Amino acid sequence: MQMKEYKPLIVAFCCNWCSYAGADLAGNNRLNYPADVKIIRVPCSCRVNPMFILRAFQRGADGVILCGCHPGDCHYTSGNYYTRRRMAMLFSMLDYLGIERERTRVEWVSAAEGAKFAATMNDFVAQVTALGENKRLEDLRCKR
Amino acid sequence: MQKITRDQLITKAVELLSNGTVSAVLGWQKGEFDYDITPAVFTTEEEIKNNFVYNDFCGANFSKYLVAKTKKLEGKILVFLKPCDTYSFNQLLTEHRFDREKVYAVAIGCEGMADVVKLKNKVDGIISIDYKDDAMYVDTLYDGTVKVDYADVLAERCINCKSKKCVAYDELMGEDGEVIDSARFDEVARLEAMTPDERFAFWQNELSRCIRCNACRDACPACTCEKCVFDNPNSGVENKAPANSFEEQMFHIIRAYHVAGRCTDCGECSRVCPQNIPLHLLNRKFIKDINECYGEYQAGAEVGSRAPLVDYTEGDLEPGEVFERGDNNA
Ligand code: SF4
Ligand code: SF4
Repeated sequence: MQMKEYKPLIVAFCCNWCSYAGADLAGNNRLNYPADVKIIRVPCSCRVNPMFILRAFQRGADGVILCGCHPGDCHYTSGNYYTRRRMAMLFSMLDYLGIERERTRVEWVSAAEGAKFAATMNDFVAQVTALGENKRLEDLRCKR
Repeated sequence: MQKITRDQLITKAVELLSNGTVSAVLGWQKGEFDYDITPAVFTTEEEIKNNFVYNDFCGANFSKYLVAKTKKLEGKILVFLKPCDTYSFNQLLTEHRFDREKVYAVAIGCEGMADVVKLKNKVDGIISIDYKDDAMYVDTLYDGTVKVDYADVLAERCINCKSKKCVAYDELMGEDGEVIDSARFDEVARLEAMTPDERFAFWQNELSRCIRCNACRDACPACTCEKCVFDNPNSGVENKAPANSFEEQMFHIIRAYHVAGRCTDCGECSRVCPQNIPLHLLNRKFIKDINECYGEYQAGAEVGSRAPLVDYTEGDLEPGEVFERGDNNA
């Protein structure tokens, strides 16, 4: 019997103005990144409620990455500054509860950084693959 | 033992009620037992004289009650606040949760409150409690009268009291104290020094006892939303789900998160938890992180201060850098 190869499920929240356009650019340039990354478009990285991140884990994500405009370049001027504080506090709390800190990440990707988008995703997928399945934040009721 | 006595508080309440300053009094009345004290609203002198109590088990933080109690009230309500309650009082004012004009606040000096659980662990079959100067004398069913030192049953939040200074009041009874440089973050630091596996085990052990009674949320003076995310039947976390670690963690992370930067560390969540879960350790983790990353901040120390999570500076640390502060174990 052949073991099925483990493929992590990655949820990427991307802001409409920078990172989502960055993902588009990566596509236009035919840059490869794993299909296990599911992109969710949000109007601003600041739209991402900490609950969204937990919810993604609940529904089976093995890693969650949040991408937004570089600090200072937010379409709404300051949204990503709030994101930065919020996620710093959330990640620290997840770590405090013993959840692997490698499962979450924030990366600033501009609309011109298609290559950075692809490289970030490749790196993050590799990092989560190495960790394996998300056991500590899984919801048994949501298991397929 | 409290330096301010029941009689002093009754005299004050009756005085303010009879001269028309206030039309209602928020105070304590005896519950089924001597140690389970219930918050109550008194409107007549007679009620106060008969039912008002004040002792070492009057730990409830009344500031949150003001949100509901001032809504339809004619005139003012008298509220008694311990030093730690005055911080919550300020925080609620900062968030415009009640009308300051409708409240007459009397701050009372505090000697530290007792923890029912600690007392019950020491003595069985409590009939009644006599508060003497040197110790509590507990009349019990099985062992006669047992002497219990106040220090032995002092609540955790009072051992690590952050401030005996009253930061908001119309009138002060007793002595005002000072802000204390307490050891309240020591336990958080101890957890931070563990490995992730140990921390996970620690929290599983604590949080799996949760019965999702929501008492921690209901008692919290920072949780004053009229509609709460946890009441949403579509959230998947509105009820206790058996054999599932996610629901517990989700609830506790988000409960603590929603008050991050606004929590005054009054300790009500841990006090009311029927399962003795040290919820203050989650709140204090946020307070400690905020202090370390964004500068010292005490919610409620003044009215109108800007909470750290609705603020920013251009040079804030990146989310990935929170782990590079040197205190955490990889
Ligand atoms: S925390 Fe401090 S002010 Fe509050 S009840 Fe305890 S000793 Fe009193
Ligand atoms: S008070 Fe305790 S048992 Fe009740 S919901 Fe909160 S943590 Fe759970």
